[in-house]
Amino acid sequence: MFRAIWAWIQKFSSPKYFFEMSARLIPWFAIPAALVGAYGLYLGLFVAPTDYQQGESYRIIFIHVPAAWMSLFIYVVMAVSAAIGLIWQIRLADMIAAASAPIGASFTFLALVTGSLWGKPMWGTYWVWDARLTSELILLFLYFGYMALQSAIEDQRTADKASGLLAIVGVVNIPIIHYSVEWWNTLHQGATVAKLDKPSIDISMLIPLLLMALAFKLFYAAVVLVRARNEVLLRDRSRRWVRELIEKL
Amino acid sequence: MSTKRGRRKMLVILVLFGVAVATVLGLSAFEENLLYFYSPTQVKAGEAPKTRAFRVGGLVVKGSVVRASDTLNVQFVLTDNTESMPVSYSGILPDLFREGQGIVAMGTMNVAGQFVASEVLAKHDENYMPPEVAAALKATEDKAKQVGSANTNTL
Amino acid sequence: MSGTEFNWSTFFAMGGYAVFVWTSYGLTAVILALNVILPLRQRKHIIRRVKRAVRREQLRAENKQVTL
Repeated sequence: MFRAIWAWIQKFSSPKYFFEMSARLIPWFAIPAALVGAYGLYLGLFVAPTDYQQGESYRIIFIHVPAAWMSLFIYVVMAVSAAIGLIWQIRLADMIAAASAPIGASFTFLALVTGSLWGKPMWGTYWVWDARLTSELILLFLYFGYMALQSAIEDQRTADKASGLLAIVGVVNIPIIHYSVEWWNTLHQGATVAKLDKPSIDISMLIPLLLMALAFKLFYAAVVLVRARNEVLLRDRSRRWVRELIEKL
Repeated sequence: MSTKRGRRKMLVILVLFGVAVATVLGLSAFEENLLYFYSPTQVKAGEAPKTRAFRVGGLVVKGSVVRASDTLNVQFVLTDNTESMPVSYSGILPDLFREGQGIVAMGTMNVAGQFVASEVLAKHDENYMPPEVAAALKATEDKAKQVGSANTNTL
Repeated sequence: MSGTEFNWSTFFAMGGYAVFVWTSYGLTAVILALNVILPLRQRKHIIRRVKRAVRREQLRAENKQVTL
């Protein structure tokens, strides 16, 4: 039984099988991402009403919050993949982790900058060293650290081990970011959507927010596949099937 | 080849060093701002630093804001619904600064027991709704209050 | 924005927060675009690199045969 499952995992996690499957999968994520994103943008910018306190400036929420959610989500995907790669020696998992890092870093950067652009008119400052903002900045450094280790270490296996370890250790930062607004006095407000209570946002604003979050997730799924395919080509470049395939491209 | 490898080794060490420094800096920033601001109750209890600048957070008491007509000076009372303290500030206030709104002010206590702020930041809540909904909510809240006070009156 | 007739200039003004709102949305567009463009360029680069390596190896193999 266990053997059968293991054989199954081996088959589906083989880079060759992944390369063939992912080509078919990408449009199934990319096209819905564009459609859901366009509809979310339309609802967020044209239909959602003005906020009672923040006026039109609150519309930054439709990109800031999904970007911040993605920064955490992608980190968890990256760390879990790295752990799978480290423990079960599944090479595809290491490739997914390596492919996720730059995307996660870009969403973290986006969350920080859009937050800053929202903070200036509302809070009165671009930046404060409160727990939420500081822990999110540390997340960006964790992504950078992972990417730097990946590119600096020549031997791929060593690189995966070192960067994977960093990614796993860095997971402690994830709950810190989420609960920072509860554990400490922060300038950043508390959770709006992710709480046991019902979300404290009007439904007409919540729908575009969730649509944009879904669009970002689908977008990530599409681009992480593109990047992971690059990792397959690069890491298996001396294997016969890659060479034969590349001659046809 | 060997110099390239040496350079890479250096880079790895640099990266690890950078991550370590970033973590230490982050943690010390955390330590310092673990309690990003003090409440008026904590300030009254003497928990806030006396010699250096610190932050206080609370709500701006309704009707307490006094603006000077010719300068940017503003005075208001800050409360956490238990204790309150007077604050004075000179400068441009953020758009969200209004009576009843949460703010965080950076500054020091003067001898008169007034908090002299060098920076005032608005802290907004996690609620988002259109103005009509906010007005309707407020109306029902006021009604509930009236009913509540009527009940206490009859007691 | 509800109730009144839709007006593009008020839409772009964003109630006076145009700079902050549109910079945020513009930056988002740039970052999403980069997330698409960069991996596609990297893909082309990898393919070119592997093709070159294969050709070099083939040449070397042919040379060996000639010297034999």
